[in-house]
Amino acid sequence: MTPEFARARRIASKAAHTAVLIFFVTFLAFPFYWMVITAFKTNQDLYDTQNNPYLFNSPPTLRHLSVLFEDTQYLQWLLNTGFVGVVVVIITLLLAVPAGYALARMTGAWAQTLGVAIFLTYLVPPTILFIPFSRIIATLGLQDSVWSLILVYPSFTVPFCTWLLMGFFKAIPRDLEDAAMIDGLSRFGAFIKVVMPISVAGMLTAVIFAFTLVTQEFVYGVTFITASSSYTVSVGVPTFLVRGDVYFWGSMMAACLIASVPIAIIYNFFVTRFVAGFTMGAIK
Amino acid sequence: MTSAITGTAGKIRGKDRLLSRFADNDRWLWRAMLAPAILYIGLLVGFPFLLSLYYSMSSVTVASQDVHFVGLENFRRIVESGTFWLSLQNTIVITVVSQFFVLVFANILATALVVDFRGRWLVRLLILLPWVAPISLGSIGWLWIFDSIYSVINWTARAVGLLGPNEWPIWLGQPTLARASIIIVNVWRILPLATVIVLAGLSSIPQDIHDAAEVDGAGFWRHHFQITTPLILPITLVALLFGIIFTFTDLIVVFVLTRGGPYDTTQVIASWAYFTGIQGGDLAGGAAISLFLFPVLAGVAILFLWLARHTEVT
Amino acid sequence: MAIVETRRITKLFDEVRAVDGIDIIAREGEFLVLLGPSGCGKTTLMRMIAGLERPTSGDIVIDGNIVNDLPPRARNVAMVFQSYALYPHLTVEKNISFPLRAVGMPKDEIRKKVAWATQMFGIQRFVDRKPRQLSGGERQRVALARAVVREPVVFLLDEPLSNLDAKLRNSARDELKQFQRSLGTTTIYVTHDQAEAMGLGDRIAILNQGRVRQIGTPHEIYGYPADIFAATFIGSPPMNLIEDGKTWIGFRPEAFLPKEIESNGDNVDFAFRITRIEYLGADRLVYGLIDGRTPETRLISKIPTNIRTHIDAGRVYDFIVRRQDIARFDREGGRRVDGGAA
Repeated sequence: MTPEFARARRIASKAAHTAVLIFFVTFLAFPFYWMVITAFKTNQDLYDTQNNPYLFNSPPTLRHLSVLFEDTQYLQWLLNTGFVGVVVVIITLLLAVPAGYALARMTGAWAQTLGVAIFLTYLVPPTILFIPFSRIIATLGLQDSVWSLILVYPSFTVPFCTWLLMGFFKAIPRDLEDAAMIDGLSRFGAFIKVVMPISVAGMLTAVIFAFTLVTQEFVYGVTFITASSSYTVSVGVPTFLVRGDVYFWGSMMAACLIASVPIAIIYNFFVTRFVAGFTMGAIK
Repeated sequence: MTSAITGTAGKIRGKDRLLSRFADNDRWLWRAMLAPAILYIGLLVGFPFLLSLYYSMSSVTVASQDVHFVGLENFRRIVESGTFWLSLQNTIVITVVSQFFVLVFANILATALVVDFRGRWLVRLLILLPWVAPISLGSIGWLWIFDSIYSVINWTARAVGLLGPNEWPIWLGQPTLARASIIIVNVWRILPLATVIVLAGLSSIPQDIHDAAEVDGAGFWRHHFQITTPLILPITLVALLFGIIFTFTDLIVVFVLTRGGPYDTTQVIASWAYFTGIQGGDLAGGAAISLFLFPVLAGVAILFLWLARHTEVT
Repeated sequence: MAIVETRRITKLFDEVRAVDGIDIIAREGEFLVLLGPSGCGKTTLMRMIAGLERPTSGDIVIDGNIVNDLPPRARNVAMVFQSYALYPHLTVEKNISFPLRAVGMPKDEIRKKVAWATQMFGIQRFVDRKPRQLSGGERQRVALARAVVREPVVFLLDEPLSNLDAKLRNSARDELKQFQRSLGTTTIYVTHDQAEAMGLGDRIAILNQGRVRQIGTPHEIYGYPADIFAATFIGSPPMNLIEDGKTWIGFRPEAFLPKEIESNGDNVDFAFRITRIEYLGADRLVYGLIDGRTPETRLISKIPTNIRTHIDAGRVYDFIVRRQDIARFDREGGRRVDGGAA
């Protein structure tokens, strides 16, 4: 190999690297870029097939946004989603934090197996359970109420967060609790006073993920709720923003954008921890 | 945990007794801390699942007050229906094809992301968007991109000369194209998750191993396929299993893009179960259809458990 | 066998000068040790020679060719890493044959070479095992076998003994030197352990903060340290240092002995008040102060046990150093100032 050849190879591999990144970023992020463009284009601009769709052929408008917030129940849906999210997150923490800690500290091989088993219930898809649930919810008189969602959503947030928190608590050295117990605390007291304060980062991660799981859910939402005022964003936008055959694309795109991007940005900060949980510690 | 002290024989008698109560204390403590979660999961996952089994063998409908056992009658009905087989085929094809592409793409993208470069944080944020956005909303974005009149794909393809004057693919209107569109959207939403998982795997390989392979003379392909890929095999498998589960059992993408159309040609098992059971009112039939998701679910779960036992290369 | 040269080689990481203009030559067949504390640049220097790191400026020359732009595999060097870097998913046999397969060597030649390498290190019976089934010492031999099997022109060894048990290290050191002698390949060896360096090196290059402070044979380094850093880094316990005006006076502990042992000749006398004596088996380490001197000046004397002079802690004795064993160092720059005599 000559130095010239080696230099050429280095340049070629850099070019390939950049090309790969451009291709995938385009593929993955383009729809969101497209949402942005569409949300601010006037309808004449959007629906004129002669226009170059990448450009603003008329000046951008905020009309779609005002339609979204004034003429539809989008704001109500955002509030519903937020409300459900907060309550479900609280329930999840109440159940998953103690369970995760117990699994992390229990001795015995079956503790690990139990942890995996709990995680596996996360994989049971809503599409297997939604049919019997529809009847259960109807029997409980909760249909068309956000409380049906609050009741059912922990069934997937709790398994996932228990697993996640189990991983976090495992990483905290037992020495700290042992020292606290020698100092007089009970084990539970050590958990509350010593372990939880230093696990804030882990619990925050669990909160973010539980919240995103709630905002993404669709199947139960579309099954249990038909009253438009009770929709969450994920269900309301695809089902209700279509009047007959007319799609209000501008408003729909704005709706999608608002409900996706902010949470994605927050999520981004927690991704590494999230993956550690997802991969069952196969990656140390 | 407390064995160090209990091991010291004789001297610490008083503490011995206290600590043995401690040990028992622990056992009950763990049970108390675990119980609420396990109870909740048992009630909200286990019970409906059993109910689903029961429904699938009963005559229950949305309206019915009196429900009786019908054995395998519902299953026989389903198996005789053409739409069911089409749904099964669609589900399998969509899952296999999309996850194949996810596997290849995730490997390529993760390899490009493992080296640091300026702006890597931004790239990572951007590629995560499809995974974080609610699936229904991301699908609506694609609905607009695939629109029969205003599709930006078609406009661009025509502008660069890829489409002739009489060619205008109706992405969601023709069965094969519609299936392809569903595959594209599934690849699009699963790829970020798979990439991030594979990336974690790549980062866990000690740099020394790569250096040794460099010094030993491995070229790019040998390095990637003989050294890197085997070492990330377990993690890649995890990513694949997740992708399979999420795609196989999904109804949202199909629901938003095509509602299963045109004329039920793009139904998948989950969506067909929805239209049969919830929209059609035939709960028993819907339950029976959805149970066909279970074998794949069980298979994946078993593979996960196997992986959890056997991952230890170093 | 090849000559390895670095010419004014420099490496900057952001603002930090990890390697700061180093010129050294490793002669053909030589065992050259790069010795220094952590962070001195020795590993960075080795990685640049290997091709794993690109120099910011300067040249790496192997056998007369400037190799800066060549990737590692084009330089025909072999490297043994501190962690051994064995491929965990491959058997010992596949680990060792990997570099040969990478260049497309025919299968029976590979078999012969692998047999030769495994025999050299006595690891034939492990060939079908995976690294995780081997002990530390066994893994180290596999790493060596993998390096040897290509018959490279240069060996680069990055602290290959530091992960071994202390007991194993001595015998491993011996085997290492012997195998290098028998192969005659130019070897560059990085370590922070000065005893290892003294035991193994034909020549030692002492590095600190990215620069070479001194390069020479063990004899030269020990007996004629070029500056304070070399003087105190080599030797255990380190050289005694006494302030004297604008210079430091230095002498080794083993040169600092009771007067009765060596009373004739040109000596410097000290009144040595003993504070503590350590009995180490082969030597006694005697800790104490120069009696009556302020500020307090601590000194150590190293007396072989077979010199049975009776010494008690708490008392003052007459100790001497031969004038020829004394070195002087400038207090400003640390460099040796007295012609390096004796």
